[in-house]
Formats: sequence, structure tokens, C-alpha cells
Amino acid sequence: MERIEEIKKVIEEKMNKVNSLEELNDLKVLFLGKKGLITEVQGMIKEIPNDSKKEFGMKVNEVRTLFNTIYEEIKNKLEEEKINKKLKEEAIDITLPSEKIETGSIHPFNRIIMEVEDLFVSMGYDVVDGNEIETDEYCFKRLNVPDGHPARDSQDTFYITEEYLLRTQTSTAQAHTMEENKEKGPIRIICPGKVYRRDDDATHSHQFGQVEGLVVDKDISLADLKGTLEIFAKRLLGENTKVRFRPSYFPFTEPSVEVDLSCFKCGGKGCALCKQTGWIEVLGAGMVHPNVLRMGGYDPEVYTGFAFGTGLDRLAMFKYNIPDIRYLYTNDVRFLKEFDRKDEE
Amino acid sequence: MKLSRKFVNDYIDLPKDESTYDIAEKMTLVGNEYDFEGKLISCTNLVIGEVLECKMHPDSDHLHVCKVNIGKETVQIICGAPNVREGIKVIVSLPGAVLPGGTIKRSVIRGEESNGMLCSLGELGLDHKFLKLEDTNGIHELPLDAPVGEDPIKYMNLDDEVIDFELTSNRGDLLSILGMAYELGAIYDKKVKDIDLSYTEGNENIEDRLKLHVDTKACPLFLARGAYGVTIKESPDFIKNRLIASGIRPINNVVDISNYVMLETGQPLHYYDADRLGKNIGVRMAKNNEELTTLDGQVRKLSNTDIVIDNGSEAIGLAGVMGGLSTEVEEDTKNIIIEAAIFDPILIRKTSKKILRSEASNRFEKGLDPKRTYMAMERSLHLLEKYADATIVKGMLEHKSVEIKDKEIEISYAKINKVLGSNLDKETILDTFRRLSFNTLDKKDIVIVSVPSRRIDINIQEDLIEEVGRIYGIDNIKGRDINIPVKRGHVDKTNRSIRTLLYALGLNETLTYSLIKDSEVYKYTNDEFEKIRVLDPMTEERSTLRYSLIPSLLSVYEYNTNRGNSDIKLFEIGKGYYKKNNEYLEDSKLSILLSGNYYECLGSNKRVNFYVMKGIVERVLDYLGYKGRYYFKKEDIPKELHPEQAGSIYIDNKKIGIIGKLHPNLYHDDIFVSEINLSLLKEIRTSKMKYKEISKYPGISKDLAFILDDDITSEEVIKTIKKAGGRFLTDIKVFDLYKGKGVAEDKKSLAFNLYFEDPTKTLTLDEITPLFNKVIEEVEKKHKAILRNS
Repeated sequence: MERIEEIKKVIEEKMNKVNSLEELNDLKVLFLGKKGLITEVQGMIKEIPNDSKKEFGMKVNEVRTLFNTIYEEIKNKLEEEKINKKLKEEAIDITLPSEKIETGSIHPFNRIIMEVEDLFVSMGYDVVDGNEIETDEYCFKRLNVPDGHPARDSQDTFYITEEYLLRTQTSTAQAHTMEENKEKGPIRIICPGKVYRRDDDATHSHQFGQVEGLVVDKDISLADLKGTLEIFAKRLLGENTKVRFRPSYFPFTEPSVEVDLSCFKCGGKGCALCKQTGWIEVLGAGMVHPNVLRMGGYDPEVYTGFAFGTGLDRLAMFKYNIPDIRYLYTNDVRFLKEFDRKDEE
Repeated sequence: MKLSRKFVNDYIDLPKDESTYDIAEKMTLVGNEYDFEGKLISCTNLVIGEVLECKMHPDSDHLHVCKVNIGKETVQIICGAPNVREGIKVIVSLPGAVLPGGTIKRSVIRGEESNGMLCSLGELGLDHKFLKLEDTNGIHELPLDAPVGEDPIKYMNLDDEVIDFELTSNRGDLLSILGMAYELGAIYDKKVKDIDLSYTEGNENIEDRLKLHVDTKACPLFLARGAYGVTIKESPDFIKNRLIASGIRPINNVVDISNYVMLETGQPLHYYDADRLGKNIGVRMAKNNEELTTLDGQVRKLSNTDIVIDNGSEAIGLAGVMGGLSTEVEEDTKNIIIEAAIFDPILIRKTSKKILRSEASNRFEKGLDPKRTYMAMERSLHLLEKYADATIVKGMLEHKSVEIKDKEIEISYAKINKVLGSNLDKETILDTFRRLSFNTLDKKDIVIVSVPSRRIDINIQEDLIEEVGRIYGIDNIKGRDINIPVKRGHVDKTNRSIRTLLYALGLNETLTYSLIKDSEVYKYTNDEFEKIRVLDPMTEERSTLRYSLIPSLLSVYEYNTNRGNSDIKLFEIGKGYYKKNNEYLEDSKLSILLSGNYYECLGSNKRVNFYVMKGIVERVLDYLGYKGRYYFKKEDIPKELHPEQAGSIYIDNKKIGIIGKLHPNLYHDDIFVSEINLSLLKEIRTSKMKYKEISKYPGISKDLAFILDDDITSEEVIKTIKKAGGRFLTDIKVFDLYKGKGVAEDKKSLAFNLYFEDPTKTLTLDEITPLFNKVIEEVEKKHKAILRNS
């Protein structure tokens, strides 16, 4: 019995000095190993008289529990210290630069095309891709612009031969689509793409983008055109955008309209962008001229249609606040990299 | 077309307090845009002054110190003009006056005080072409009876306001004050006033002097009359001022009247010196290479599409474009013959484009109203009699092959509303036509509209619909939701898929010009085609359509590196253009350019090399569904690429593109390019994306390495391994290439990782060993390879 009390003392004494898990383990061997102190005392039970055996057994268990409790306590403490040390060692400066997982950028011109495509596809329009090398026939004659027509003046053309040219307008898609629609049924298309005119200055580029829209069906009216362009304008420049029609002239539409949108910058109050008018001229549009319908094989007594066209570069410039059309074609990577995120919904 | 307010006031009474700005804006809303509106002379703070005293400046050899009476007081002004002198009346701009050149301030000039400036007309902003010689050399001298202290602009009747319209090409009728008056009449609901065409005739008859012969269909109307005994002198101020406001330079009364009438009626006139003209006047087409000296003194070589005026023996003028020198009205001209005619607009346009675009040719090109031709002739006689003392000659030589009458167009009220999408009642529609001065005949559901001949732009129902829309207010039509069947639109998303992928891979999309330098077109390709050059390029740099986009990307590369930008990673999807078998063709292409670092991070940057480019190309092809079908071969390499680091890309034996490093002869930097012909690619079908069962059982991975001859490609070895490995060999990777110590000079070591898998059970090593040995055996046999000891 005295031996047990002695062991208790030794436990308290030794355990208090433990500094590492290794030492702790050694102590476990010292007390509970095959020849451990507690194991040894436990073996003495044979020599204990029967009436004291029960008491002796309890005492041994008591000392064993005592050891285990202290052991667990110290082990937990040491393990926690160890992991804390490891965490400290692994400390980093999270403000250091990252490994550059770089994405690229999508050109603003193509962003606008995709946006316009998505909008019109959702309204049931097919996107057609017209040829950029065209004939005089499809670029002018079939759009009611015969030889010598004064409207040719405003479109200084790059000719390749007397017959072939670089299209000056995506309206060429009108003539092709009507001709290729063999059933002469309803049409709903847009044609975005590049066009070319002999013109180069701060506000003009000899190459620029246009999107043409064409709807042909029974009972299409100017009011339908306006309703459609209102949706277009709101989607592109914001919900508060207003649409204004002004009469105009294009050989391939009659009546023709210039379409002004309320200035997205000042909201229509007047600013430098809209030259204090509150309006920006954005699209040309109108009801498809009966001659154009007829040349496309449609009976103008049965079918009517509307067409509209607008400059993609200007839309991109408006949307992204780009001051000069030439920036779109210069491709300074610092410019390009500004377009590296998703557009707002 | 510059519209003078004073001029148009002769023909229409506009509301007195209506500002010129309001007029311009209202015109815009009916379809007539303007560039400028405002005062003809916009200077402020000007008064008429009298030079009371003029002395030389004590400290200058050309400045004068003047005492000028400006009405309420006398001020000292320093003036450098050579014509300044005592007693003359002058235009004084007082301190605070805003002139086109700046604001006038009180100042001290070389010690002498100056309280303003004496002005020339040029300094008031009048264009130099309107100035007389004496006005360009010094200050403007007003008549001696000019009232001191008053507004000189008002005194000179230059207090006009102008709107400079940019008209649409169909509205030739608006190139006249009368046309403008009708348009304004429709807007303001006012009647257009009559034009004075009165004159008295003398005794002579033109038929005794002149014969007319028109030999071409290109002249449907030709009128000639005579005005004799004219006095050539300066025009009255109102004519000069209105010409100036309209942008035309006053010359003398006779020339000015012809221009004045053109402005009023839109009909250009030509005056001939009757005595130099001779006895015949005619119209015919020019002969090829015929020569004519025009009134600017130039000898013009003509062609058979030019219309000429002829005197019976030779051409004396280019019809509608420019008169000839030999019959020009000069200072000593006494008798004139007036021509008022209509010529073929298309031919005039052709000739004027060659020779000169003028106020006259512009009007001929847009088309003319024959009624106005007669009117202009009479108006001209009226003014010549009144302001040039002319005696009007009896009779008129006339050639007429046009019918002159108003057009009648029938239209239903329902159709007007159907096309506009509006709901206008009959009264509104009829009122619109009344405002336009179109006569109408209402027949219940339809209306017959009589369109005046001046409106040459109105020919069909749709034109009338536009008139209703214009005057009613096209913007008053409310937008509506289109009533057409719901369907899903179609768009090819291949290009945008590629764009999104390459964006994610860190590449920047460019947009470059299709027209490039001619000498670049055949580069970066071995393809056979004919280049396409435009007929009249702006510059050689932009003269020919590109076949490949690589030259464009390289110029973007150069632009950027010249500006210190590095790590240039670009792509563009665009077209390449070419001619083949006489057909003009355009293919969609994807071009990629890489240089510098592909990515960078602290201490370890990944530089671009051939395999980075190859990896990107493979990702694109995988993404588009061609996984496992493409291969690269070192053949058919354009000479601009590195012959040992380039090749062609194939799918199913079809060449779809090129890849490679740029030849070190061309670029010192390491630049890698690739171009894929997307049009060709899209012709190659892909299979649908479908789930393939993954194995539930573990496979076995084994490595092996071979010593091989340098010229044996990894692809050849992989093919051999694949064949020998059988169906359980599901993946082969090359994981190491080694050259150097332990390997002979012309040899290399290639290490492969083989993965065997059976979808139905767990494979054992015993099952794999024979396959593995067969692989080794085949590779050793076929490629003279030696297995490396591991």
C-alpha cells in the first residue's frame, strides 16, 4: 500500500517535468509498460491477503486512472503546442502578388455584335453573315440605287472591278435574303459585319461595322419598327432611353427615318456629346421600298417590311465611353486589356 | 443650301417672333437637317464712326493715332490700315466687342491708348471670297452719309440670319428659296406669295437673230431668250447681300441676277454674250477627244458622255457644268442670250464629277421642275429689265420633249394608316396635303392627290405616305409590339466559342483592317490564289485585301513593342479574301500570335514556345470537337516561318492551318503564330458530345524509356505503342525528353507512361506483362530503339 502512495508521488513528480511527446511516451513505458511501475504493483496482488485484495485492487486502479488522466491532459497540451508551432512556421504574407492566372480580353466591337445578336435572336431574328466582296448589283442597284443616283455620293466606294466592290453597307443582306428566300415567306434577319468606304479621319474609319435588320411580313408598319427599335435602344443604352423618329431619305426605304436616341450621357438634358440637343442620331431606318421588295421577288401589295441599320463602332464607343473610333483599330494591348471582364447584365 | 431669312421672307410670312433656331429645329423634324444656324455676321458692339483726326503714331512707321467720333463721344483708336484717313466713315468695334478673331480690349499700343478697332469686312467674319480687292487691303469705308453711332451691320443690310441645311439627295426642290417657302408653308400653315414675273418687250424678235437645234435626248427642255442693251454694273445691295448670305460671290448685276434667279427658283441659267455667240445655238453630245476651253481658261478634253452647247460649228460650253470662254459675258457685253434648260441628271453628274461640282451642276443632278424652267426665264427677264436696264427681246426659242403636268396619285386612307401603323382620320390626312399645297379629290375610301411638278421626289403611294408622316409628325406615331409568330432565331456560335476560350486562355482579341499593303498578301502561306487589289486605294498601305491575318497581327505586335508593351498575346477571327478560278472568295480565319511570357509569377515565368502555341491550338480544336483527330506535320512550311519549328495542321488528311515560329531572318524576337481556316474546319463534321462509361476498376500504370534516333518523332513511336498495346492500353503520355550525358550525340531518350485499364474487371500485373513486353519488342524493332534501364 505504501508502494502505491509512493508511485502516486513519482507520477506527480515526473509528469510535471515532461516537455515533449517523446518524454511523455517514455513515462508511459515507465509506468504502464510490461515492467512498468504500475504493472509491477498490480502483479503484487497475489501476495495480498484476501480480505485486503479488493481494497488493494481499487487503489491500483486509482493510481492507473490518475496516470491516464494526467497523461491525456499533457498529451493534448503538447500536441496543441506542436500544431501551433507548425502553423506559425507556415505563416505567409498574403499581400504578396499572386501567381498571375491571366485571362485575355474580348474586343469591344465584338462585344457589341454579340449583344446585338443575342437581343435579336431572342426576338426570333436569324443572324446572317453576308459577303464583304459584293457586286454593284446587290450593293446598290437592288437597293433602288441605280447608276448615277446622287445617293452614291455619300458612299465613296472601293471598287475592285467595275462590277465588284467592297460593300459600303450591310444593307446588301436585304437583297440577298429576299432573293434566297425561295418560298417568299416572312423574313426576320440581322446582318452584322464590316463595311468599307473611302473615308478616313477622326470620326471616320475606312473600315467600320454596321448591323442591318430586315423584317418582311404581311402587315408590318412603321409603328412596328418604332416598337422594335425601342426595345433595342433600351437594351443597349438603358431602360430610360427614348426613341425619336425624324423623316429622312434612303433610296431603299420609303418612308425613311433617322432614329435619334435620347442622350445616355445627360439623359436628354443636353451635353457636349449630344451637342446640347439631348438626342443622338444612331440609326437609319424605314419601310422597305416597294422596288426593293419587287426586285427581291416579293409583291409589295401583299408584303411590307421594315429595315434598319446602325454603326457598330459608334455603339461600342457609346457603351464603353471610347472617344476616338481609331482606338478600336489600333489594338494597343493596354486598351484591349481594359475589356477583360463580363459585361453588366 | 444656305437659307437667308431675309430672302425667304419675300415669299412667306413667318411668325415675326419665331427665332431662326426654332425654324431650323422645326425643319429638322420634317426631315431637313442643318449644320449651322445663326447670324450672317455675329459680331457685337459695333458702331459707325467718323475719323475726325488721323496722325502718324510717333513710335511707328505704319500705325495711325485716330480720333473717332462714335456718336456719344470721341475716342482715340490706333489703326494700322493704309487707307485710314481723316473724314472717312468706318466700322468701329468698341472694347468688349466679340469678333471671330477674338474680343476687343482697351489697350495701349506703343505708348498710345487705343479704345477699340477700326474693322475690315474680313475681320467681321465675312469670307474672303466675298471681299472686294479694296476690302482685303484695309478697313472698310462706309458711304459718307452713313449715320454715326448706329449699327453698321444693320446699315449695310447684313443683319441677316442664315440656316445652312444639309439636305437629303431626293429633295432637289429645296435647293431654291421658293421650295423652302413651300416647305415652311407646310410647317407653319402659310401660303407662299407670288413671284413677280412682269416685264415689257421691245421690238426685236429673237427668231430673227438665232436658230435653236437640239440633237440629243439628254436635253428634254431648252429655252432661249434675249435681253439687249444691258448696262453692266454693281448689283443693288439687296442682291449682293442675299448672294453673300447664300454663299455666292457677287460679281456684277448680270451675273448676279442669273445666280439670284437660280437661288430663287432652283433653275440654273446661263447667259451668253449674244454678239459673240453668232446665229446658232444647239445641244448635242460631245465627240470623244473633242476640246473645249472653259471660262476658267482651261482646255478640257471631252468624251461622248458630256453634253455640250454648240454654236453650229463648235462646242461653246459644257451643258450644266461650265460655260465656254468664247461666249462669256464680260464687262463690255451689251446683248445677252439667256439659256434655261434641263439636262440629263446622270450625265451631268458624270461630267461634273470630272470637271467641277458647282451650285448649278448640283441642281441639274438632283433633277428640275420644267415649270420652274419657264418661271426662271421670266424672272430673269424681270430682273434684267429692272436692274440692268435691259430691253427684252420678243419671242422664245423652245425645245421641249417633256410633258409638263402635275402627277396624280391615288391612295386609300387605309393604306396610309396601314404602313404608318397609325390611326389618322380622313380630315387630318387631307389637311396635311392642303398644307403642302397639294390638291386633293376625296373619293370616300380613297383620295386622288395632285402632286405639283416641283416635287419631283414624289412618284408613288409610299412617297405620299411619307409626306403625311412628315407633316403630321412622324415621331407622333407610337411604337407598338410587333405581332409576328414567336420563333427562335438562329446564330452560329462557333466564333464566339473560340473567342471565349481564347479569352480564358489569356489572349487578347484584336480588330484590324482587311486592307493591307499589297506586298504582304502572299506571305505566311504557300496556298495558290490571286490577290484582290482595290482600283483606287487611299494609300499603298491599304491597297489590297489580306489573305492571311498574320501580317495584321504582326503590325499590332510592332505597334505595341514600339510602345514598350511586352508579352503580346493576340488573336483575331476575321476573313481572308482571295480570287480563285475567277471567283471572289472569303474564308473565315482564326489567327494567333504569341510572344514573351505566357504567364509570370514570382521567380518563375513561362516563356512562350512552340509547345505553348501547339497547346493552345489543340485546346481550340478539342473544344470544337476534333479531339484526337488532328495532327501536326513538319511540311508545307511558308518561307516566313522557321523551317525547323513550324508545320501544318491536319484533320483527317485535310490541311486546316499552319503553326510555327517566325523565321529569325524576319524577327529577332521569338514570335509564334498560327492560323486556322475556320471555313475549311466547319466543313469537317464533328460527333455529338456523349457520355462514355468510366471504368469502375483500377488500372495499371507503367513507365518505360527508349533511346531513339533524333529524327524519329514521338508521334511515330506512340502509333507503334498504341498498336502493340491492344485494347486495354487506354492512355499514352510522353513525360520526358532527354538529350546529353549518357545518350549518344544523334540520339535522344523519350520516356512514356502507359495506362492499362479493363472496364469489366481489375487488371493484374500478369495480364499486363505480355502486352508491355510486346510494346517494347515492337518499338525496338520498328524504330531501332533501345530500352533504357530504369
